[in-house]
Amino acid sequence: MAVSITKLGGWGRYPVQSCELERPERYRDLRPSSARLIVRGQGRSYGDAALNENGRVLLTERINRLLDFDMEQGVLHAEAGVTLADLLEIIVPHGWFLPVTPGTKFVSLGGCVAADVHGKNHHRDGSFGKHVLGLELILASGERIWCSPAENSEQFWATVGGMGLTGIIGEVQLKLQPVANAWMSVRHRAASNLERLFELLQDPQLDDHYAVAWLDSLATGKGLGRGIAMFAHHAEAGEVPAGLLPAGAGRGWDLPFDLPRWVMNRQSISAFNDRYYRRQAAKREPFFSGHDAYFYPLDSIGHWNRLYGKHGFVQYQCVLPEASAHDGIAQLLEALARSGPASFLAVLKRLGAEGSGLLSFPLAGYTLALDLPVRDHELFALLDALDEIVIRHGGRVYLAKDARLSAQSFRAMYPGYEQWLRVKNSIDPENKFSSSLSRRLEIGSGA
Amino acid sequence: MSEAVLILGATSAIARATAAAFAAQGTALYLAARDEEELGRIAADLRIRYGVAVHHGSFDAEAVDSHAEFFQSVLAAMPRLSGVVLAFGYLGDQQVARDFAVGARIIAVNFTGAVSVLNLCADYFEQARRGFIIGISSVAGDRGRQSNYVYGSAKGALSLYLQGLRNRLYPGGVRVITVKPGFVDTAMTFGLPGLFLVATPQYVGTRIAAAPGRSADVVYLPWFWRYIMLVIQLIPECIFKRMKL
Repeated sequence: MAVSITKLGGWGRYPVQSCELERPERYRDLRPSSARLIVRGQGRSYGDAALNENGRVLLTERINRLLDFDMEQGVLHAEAGVTLADLLEIIVPHGWFLPVTPGTKFVSLGGCVAADVHGKNHHRDGSFGKHVLGLELILASGERIWCSPAENSEQFWATVGGMGLTGIIGEVQLKLQPVANAWMSVRHRAASNLERLFELLQDPQLDDHYAVAWLDSLATGKGLGRGIAMFAHHAEAGEVPAGLLPAGAGRGWDLPFDLPRWVMNRQSISAFNDRYYRRQAAKREPFFSGHDAYFYPLDSIGHWNRLYGKHGFVQYQCVLPEASAHDGIAQLLEALARSGPASFLAVLKRLGAEGSGLLSFPLAGYTLALDLPVRDHELFALLDALDEIVIRHGGRVYLAKDARLSAQSFRAMYPGYEQWLRVKNSIDPENKFSSSLSRRLEIGSGA
Repeated sequence: MSEAVLILGATSAIARATAAAFAAQGTALYLAARDEEELGRIAADLRIRYGVAVHHGSFDAEAVDSHAEFFQSVLAAMPRLSGVVLAFGYLGDQQVARDFAVGARIIAVNFTGAVSVLNLCADYFEQARRGFIIGISSVAGDRGRQSNYVYGSAKGALSLYLQGLRNRLYPGGVRVITVKPGFVDTAMTFGLPGLFLVATPQYVGTRIAAAPGRSADVVYLPWFWRYIMLVIQLIPECIFKRMKL
C-alpha cells in the first residue's frame, strides 16, 4: 500500500516529527503492515501518542463505517475510525447519547478506547472503556480477536487505555445512554478560591450527572484557585420550556492562521479570565444549553490550537487521589503561578473510582488540566517539577495529553504497567506496535 | 430525485461518497463490486446513516460473460432502476503496463468491462425511455502522456464510448453523463508526488449525485479541470512530444 512521508504533530503541535503515513480504505487492509506501527484516528491526542518518528502511522479516518445500531437497546457497533461527531448525528435523533464524551467530538471511536477517555460524568459513570461491550483487536500476528470484559478479558483491559500499543482496534461495540432530547440543564456556582471550589465539587446537594470546574490559573494569593463550578444533566422530557428552539449544531468560525506568540500573554489571559469569571458567576439561575455548546465549546472554533502560535503547546493533565488532592493541587497552582507561563485553559474535575484498564488514567480524586504554550525549555523544567509533586501525592499524568514525561516518572505513576506489559509481551512479543510516546516512555522494552 | 441507483465499483472512495450523496437524497442503492465483505460494510453504513434500502452483490468488470446475469439480479432487486454510476477503474502501473499482460488488464477493466455492462444498462433504459448513465472517466483520457498513456487511452476510449452512447440515447430521453475527475484524495493517489488542487471524495461524490439534475453532459471535477485540460489539449503536438508529463 502507498505511503506518504509527512511532518506530523498531535493536537498540541508539539512535537512535530517525520512519519510514514498509510491510509487504508478497506477493512481487510487494516493490518500490521510494518514494524514500528501506531494507529492514528483524528490526531486529537495532544503530544506524541499518535506519532511515530521514522516509523509508520496507520490512519483510520476512512475505516469509519457504522455496522449496526440497535435503537431499542441503544447498542452501536462501528468501525474504529468513525468520529463521535458522526455518531452523535445518528444517535441523538433516536433518543441516545454517548455514555461518556471527552471535550471534543472530533475524535475517533478507537481513540476513545485507546486513551480510555473520561468526561464530566466520570464521578458517576466511569470512563469510556466501562461502556465498551466489545472490540475487535487486530494483533501483531495479523490474527483478529474479539475482546470484551468476558472474552479475552486480559487483552481487553490492556487495550482499554493501552494507547494503541496492544494492536489495532478495528471495531467497537458501545452501550449508549438514553436521553429525552438534545438539551442540557446547567447550573453555575462561583467560588472565590480553591477551598471553596473543592467544597462546591464535593457538595452532594449541588452534584449532578455532569460536574466540572473552570479555574482561573492566574489568580494568586487569596484568590488562588478561584473558579466556576458547572453542574448539568440531560434535560428530561417536559423540563425544557416550550418555545426553546432546537439546539443548533455546526461550527462557529475557524482560526485560519497561527496567532503570534505575544497575543497569548499573562495580561491578555488574565483580562480574559477576569471577564469570564464575572460573566459566568453572574449566571445564578439554571439555564438550558445544547449538547454542542455544553460538551464541545471549543469545537466551535476550528483549529483553536493555533491560538498558541506555531511553536505549539502542551497540555498538562494530572490526577491526584482524593485524600491528597486539595493540598497537591494548591502546590501545583502555586508552582505554576511562581514560575510558569500563563495557562489559558485550566479545568478541575472530580473523578470517580478507578476502572479496570491497566494503563487507564482516571483514579478516584481530582484532575487538573492546563494548557501551556511552548516557548522555551524552562517550561519543561517546570513540568518536571510538577511531576514530582504529582508523584509525591500518589497521582499520575494523562498519556493522551502528554509530550514530555520521563520513562522513570511514568513507571512511578502507573503501577498497572507490569501487569500490562505481561499481556503486551504475550500478544506483541516483538513490540511491533510502538509510537513516539511508547519509545520515550520506554514502554514495551524492559520492565 | 432518483428512485434507485446502481453503483458499479462501489468500494472505491469516490463511489462510496457518491453512494452517500445519493442516499442522502433518499435514493435506494444497489452496490456492486468484487469485494463482498467490504460491500456489506458500506451497505450497512449507508442504511444506518440515511435510512434507505441498500442492496449489494458481487460484480467483476473483467468477467464480461457474467454481466447479463448480474444485471438481471440487479433488476430483480430493484425493478424501478433509474440510474447507473460506473465508478470502477484500474490505474495500474505505467512502468509495468509496458508488459502487455498488465496493459491488457487496464484496458479490460476500464474499457472492455465498462462497454460490456453499459451496453446492458443502455438497452434497459432505452426501452424504459428514462434513466441516466454516469460514467466516471478521467482527465487522463483527454491527452496521451508518457506517464500514464495506457490508462489514459482506456479512459479516453471510455469517454468516446459515452459520447456515442449519449448521442444514441438522446431521443429516448436517457441522460448519459461523462464525469472527468482531476486529482482526488483516494487510495489511487495517496502518497503520490506532484499532485496539486486535490479534491475530496465527498466533494466529487456530491457533484456526481447532483449531475442528473443538471444539464451538463461532460462534467469536470472540480470544474477548473476543464480549463486545465483545454490548455493541455491546445499545446501543439510538436511541442507536447518534447514535454515531460
